[in-house]
Amino acid sequence: MAATATVKNGAAKPAKQLSKKQLKKLKMKRKAIILGIIVLVVLILSFFAPYFVPNDPYASNPTMMKQPPSAQFWFGTDHLGRCVFSRVLAGARTSIFATLVLVIISFIIGTAIGIICGYYGGAVDNILMRITDILLSLPQMVLAIAVAGILGGSLTNALIAIGVTSWTSYARLARSHTMRIKNLPYINSCRLTGSSDINILFHHVLPNLIGPMLVNATLEIGTTMLSIAGLSFLGLGVAPPAAEWGSMVSEGRPYLQLAPWTVFAPAVAILIAVMLFNYFGESVCDVANDV
Amino acid sequence: MLKYVIKRIINLIPVLIVLTLLVFLLMYLTPGDPALLKLASQGANITDELLQMEREAMGLNDPFFVRYFDWVFGILHGDFGTSYIDGNPILPKLMTALGYTIKLAAASTIVSVVVAIPIGVFTAVKKDSIPDNIIRIFTFIGNAMPNFLISLLLMYLFCIKVNLFPVISKGDFKGLILPAAALAIPMASKFARQTRADVLAQLDEEYVIGMHARGVKERVILYRNVLHNALGSIVTVISLQIRTLLGGSVVIETIFRWPGVGSLIIDSINGRDYPTVQGVVLILATIQVLINLLTDISYCIIDKRIELE
Repeated sequence: MAATATVKNGAAKPAKQLSKKQLKKLKMKRKAIILGIIVLVVLILSFFAPYFVPNDPYASNPTMMKQPPSAQFWFGTDHLGRCVFSRVLAGARTSIFATLVLVIISFIIGTAIGIICGYYGGAVDNILMRITDILLSLPQMVLAIAVAGILGGSLTNALIAIGVTSWTSYARLARSHTMRIKNLPYINSCRLTGSSDINILFHHVLPNLIGPMLVNATLEIGTTMLSIAGLSFLGLGVAPPAAEWGSMVSEGRPYLQLAPWTVFAPAVAILIAVMLFNYFGESVCDVANDV
Repeated sequence: MLKYVIKRIINLIPVLIVLTLLVFLLMYLTPGDPALLKLASQGANITDELLQMEREAMGLNDPFFVRYFDWVFGILHGDFGTSYIDGNPILPKLMTALGYTIKLAAASTIVSVVVAIPIGVFTAVKKDSIPDNIIRIFTFIGNAMPNFLISLLLMYLFCIKVNLFPVISKGDFKGLILPAAALAIPMASKFARQTRADVLAQLDEEYVIGMHARGVKERVILYRNVLHNALGSIVTVISLQIRTLLGGSVVIETIFRWPGVGSLIIDSINGRDYPTVQGVVLILATIQVLINLLTDISYCIIDKRIELE
């Protein structure tokens, strides 16, 4: 209604011609914001999940083994009679927050290395970039399996094993942005006014590359989550009895025939979480690329 | 062209040196005494004297670089060391397993390329139609599926509900179908999405409008020009996927008991047979490095405009 009203005065006409493109842009933005809110809600819920589980996720019950889903046990019970629904809820915190911790750590390390390489260049840059080249050219999951296998199965070791290679993509991205930014006139004028390198890096370079770096990070969440779940599934990550989606699937696998819900409930939880993060990452990427 | 290839091959040398160092370091940093591990896994009665002899025999008393060069020298002569568990040389076992993994990887890659590229082109041409939306939902789900979910789902449906395939694959053709499908589904989803995006980007180009105006047949434009121009980035995605494929095959091989390198590495990790782990990682990483080389070379075959420097 408001649109038709403004069309009548001539000044609003060019705005109407642009409206289709603008509308698309706004829709994209709205989608990203809605998804962002959903992601936030999921994060908060998963953080507090251990406090509102219907049953104790670690209490085994020999009289209720491998029960199919019922009103009391929404997703049934596993081979030890533990409530699968409660375990999926409790596992959300481990699975999601382990992923976020890894993404944030590799983001920080990779960005720091990338900025330093891009800004200073020289021998350090050469050596570090050759290392990223090599790490990027290796099969990451195989390397992670070997590292986790040799260090021994635990959540920390799994994170280290994936982290060995995961910082490289951030480093490369940060480096290329830094190299572009450092040749811009305003950085030169900063130097002229006598700003220190640290000041330039933190106040002028970092804020200008943080956007694309964050977009890259949101796109990485899904893949990282799959890697951690994969390692746990192979018995190289979170060890049972701890509730974590990957290790729950692994634990339920021998009972695939008798109690398929012990396998599919946590596996579908991973699928939904990864889909949500991928969708969020893609829409953030769309908005960022459009501006 | 030849010059470029030679240059790329020379560039491989430092990569391979760092790679071997990395893999060796992995072994070097292993917690525990390898001599003790080896003797323990062979069930020997361990005495101090025996341990000392074994250490000397395994060269554990030598300095780091002597051990490293001994190891690399052995590998260059086809000696990957011996397994801690049965004392047999690793190489033959590795080669048999590698054959199975290559069979699996090739089958799934071929299937997904053959299925996904036509689907990608189709969905790009029929953009926003009902089939396009349905296929997009499926490829989106396929993209986010953990590979163990697909494997277990296929196993549940086709081995347990409908008794079509054996649960434990014996390495024959019938046993190949399910693991290959489990690897192919996420890959095909990724390829289809990429093809759709690339073809859509090409369809917006002016030369397409020009060809339409000249009355060139739709199919000719699509398959001769558009797809050809989109091929570069599709090849990139395929080569990137092979990296994921090698990792994914570890999970899928352990689920279906497919006797490839994935099963080998997990069995070796569980048996603390670290020389075998080392061998598997080295072989897979080398294959990956070679695939990267082939990808880069294929770029200049597909698109002559790419600068060879």
